[in-house]
Amino acid sequence: MSTKNIMITGVGGQGTLLAVRILAHIVQEMGYDVKVSEVHGMSQRGGSVVTYLKYGDKVYSPIIGLGEADTILSFEKLEALRCLPYLREGGEIIVNDQEIDPMPVITGAMEYPSDIENTLRAHAKVRLVKALELANEAGNSRTANVVLLGAMAAAGNIPKENWIDALKSTVPAKFLDVNLKAFELGFASGQ
Amino acid sequence: MKKLMLGNEAVARGAYEAGVRLISSYPGTPSTEITESAVQYPEIYCEWAPNEKVAAEAAIGASMAGGRAMSCCKHVGLNVMADPVFTVSYIGVNGGLVFAVADDPGMHSSQNEQDSRHYAEAAKIMMLEPSDSGECKEFTRRAFELSEQFDTPVFLRLSTRVSHSQSTVELQERSGDEIKEYTKNIPKNVMMPAMAIKRHVVVEERMKALSAFAETTDLNVVEDHGAKIGVITSGISYMYAKEALGDRVNYLKLGMAYPMPAEKIRDFAAKCERVVVIEELDPVIETFVKALGIPVTGKEAFTLLGEYTPAMILKAVMNEDSAPHYVQESPIPNRPPVLCPGCPHRATFYVLKKLGLTVSGDIGCYTLGAAAPLQSVDSTICMGASVSAAHGMAKIRGKEFNKKLVSVIGDSTFIHSGITGLIDIVYNKGANTVIILDNSITGMTGHQDNPATGKTIYGEETKAVDLVLLAKAVGIERVVVCDPFDVKRFEEVVREETEADEPSVIIAQRPCALLKYVKYEGRCKVNEETCRKCKMCMRIGCPAITWKDGAVKIDTSLCNGCGLCMNICPFGAIEKEA
Ligand SMILES: Cc1ncc(C[n+]2csc(CCOP(=O)(O)OP(=O)(O)O)c2C)c(N)n1
Repeated sequence: MSTKNIMITGVGGQGTLLAVRILAHIVQEMGYDVKVSEVHGMSQRGGSVVTYLKYGDKVYSPIIGLGEADTILSFEKLEALRCLPYLREGGEIIVNDQEIDPMPVITGAMEYPSDIENTLRAHAKVRLVKALELANEAGNSRTANVVLLGAMAAAGNIPKENWIDALKSTVPAKFLDVNLKAFELGFASGQ
Repeated sequence: MKKLMLGNEAVARGAYEAGVRLISSYPGTPSTEITESAVQYPEIYCEWAPNEKVAAEAAIGASMAGGRAMSCCKHVGLNVMADPVFTVSYIGVNGGLVFAVADDPGMHSSQNEQDSRHYAEAAKIMMLEPSDSGECKEFTRRAFELSEQFDTPVFLRLSTRVSHSQSTVELQERSGDEIKEYTKNIPKNVMMPAMAIKRHVVVEERMKALSAFAETTDLNVVEDHGAKIGVITSGISYMYAKEALGDRVNYLKLGMAYPMPAEKIRDFAAKCERVVVIEELDPVIETFVKALGIPVTGKEAFTLLGEYTPAMILKAVMNEDSAPHYVQESPIPNRPPVLCPGCPHRATFYVLKKLGLTVSGDIGCYTLGAAAPLQSVDSTICMGASVSAAHGMAKIRGKEFNKKLVSVIGDSTFIHSGITGLIDIVYNKGANTVIILDNSITGMTGHQDNPATGKTIYGEETKAVDLVLLAKAVGIERVVVCDPFDVKRFEEVVREETEADEPSVIIAQRPCALLKYVKYEGRCKVNEETCRKCKMCMRIGCPAITWKDGAVKIDTSLCNGCGLCMNICPFGAIEKEA
């Protein structure tokens, strides 16, 4: 299989790393060669964070270039727009319907773009997910990342059981139920 | 068994398999997870040292005593450990000794972009450079064997994309952990001129042996695809090149970055029509190859700056463009890192800015006090420099300037290298004010304990450095502990201490908002009736406070309820949610 490129983006602190680890677990279990490039340190402090996940028969570079991502999973709208140049033609974006103002917007130096959704739709297949709302419905706002994974599962062709198994082996037991619920809500919203 | 691992986790695994007994390190992105991950192996004693020099010396002592030992740091950490490292090159080892150093091309989390390969040449120490997690593990294991075989410390050079990428690792058993005999050996272990003169001869002999080894070792791999172009590369650049160019070129992959194999390079080049060197940062390989009289394409086709990408390599080597892609139609706001909601440093900088002080800054989360809207910090050089540089500033600009000058330094950074600057101030009759931002943790690098937190790397209780007594012991008579969230009192304290004609230390004490035990009740919200829209609360740069549709709004998904905005609102218009 040729390499599949997935880009996961969001704001430092949103829990993108956990989502990536779950995803990596799944594709590795499926027997693919996997590479994941994570971000640690300074940029985790509320900055833009981008993580790459690539899998296939043989993966060399852990990073994804412009126009190469098959799928972008974005935890925040502006970050989805920021990553749009990385999407390949015909690629898909799963994006959380959440807006977090970055500091240049808070200080008034710039405005938060108002037409992100339209721009995304003009260049990609887009699934907009109300992840925070659904996470609250599941019982814990911190499961928004798993809601998004649910939506991504619905969009892709990896069997649902593989996702559930991965959740079971990566999420601590006491948070498993709420995460499974979050996953199902995300899955339903993505269909 | 196969496992997906971060490069750093794989280095720890390699150390485990190599029978390592001790790892002493100081945290630093992107190297931190090596030591954190090694904690899972009970056979390895791990510790956070106060700084890299101490860490390296602990590892050197362990090696001398007969155990395999390692010390890990980021590139700038190597500057701090350089002194013992240069001399242990002369001494050599008893148990294998490895220094793992992680560079940060692109400066994801660093104050400069130095290339640590220069140290290998300068200190005459062999250097290995893995390209993925599998090699991280394997090369670490090999490094310990080579260290003992050649009686030399070995550098393991990593970079952000190797350290922080996950790929597959094949796990093996642990071996080689027997502790070697310790015998007193003055000519080898006591470096004073008479002995060092002789040891230098040994080092030069060793360099010859290592250069010969480089010619034959399987760490340096030739991939001959019968192509016209030959690429010489190492580390992560090999992976980028392989992705971009596939089998269209021949490769000489240098797993041993220093010393390099002259003959092997000559042979490789002789079979190619054109040789290209692909390496991030400085032209280290390029310079070596050119000195052999071999014409190469190098930095003129690439750059000295930042990280490389496969697309960049495809363009530079083949003049081919990569995939078409969307280009932003108009500039979009960037999202720089910020102090977290609830960060105690925010309150400190709010006060320092209000008082219009010159702030000699340091390295840690609080470096973000230089970012808008607080923009309070004047300078940042390296760890510890906030204190000593302020001393120099005060000596040049005099007493009045000093009354408007403070140093800010985190607890971990103060222990690392701030204390010596403080001694400089006292000893040389300065009158500086130093603010220790004591958030009870090493925040920036992801929450490591340090000598001031009272916990070891294992989370066990230990003696904590008493910062008050420490400051007093070096001769500071004015030491004040104050909570920066008590904004009024903190402001008074800063005024008084900067006014004083003696040196003083203010310990701004409040734990990091991300520590598990830190919990604030309720979330903050704006009372729309009493809010006068003065936007005072927006001046503290809290990411949860925004201006939406003509009103101040607090995003409850971000707010952690710290209440700093409530403390500074002049109209009492911010309250806790019911
Ligand atoms: C010589 C050196 N070693 C390590 C680092 C990585 N580093 C940057 S800041 C920091 C410590 C931050 O802790 P602290 O001073 O307690 O401040 P905080 O981030 O908690 O506010 C470290 C280890 C560095 N920049 N330079």
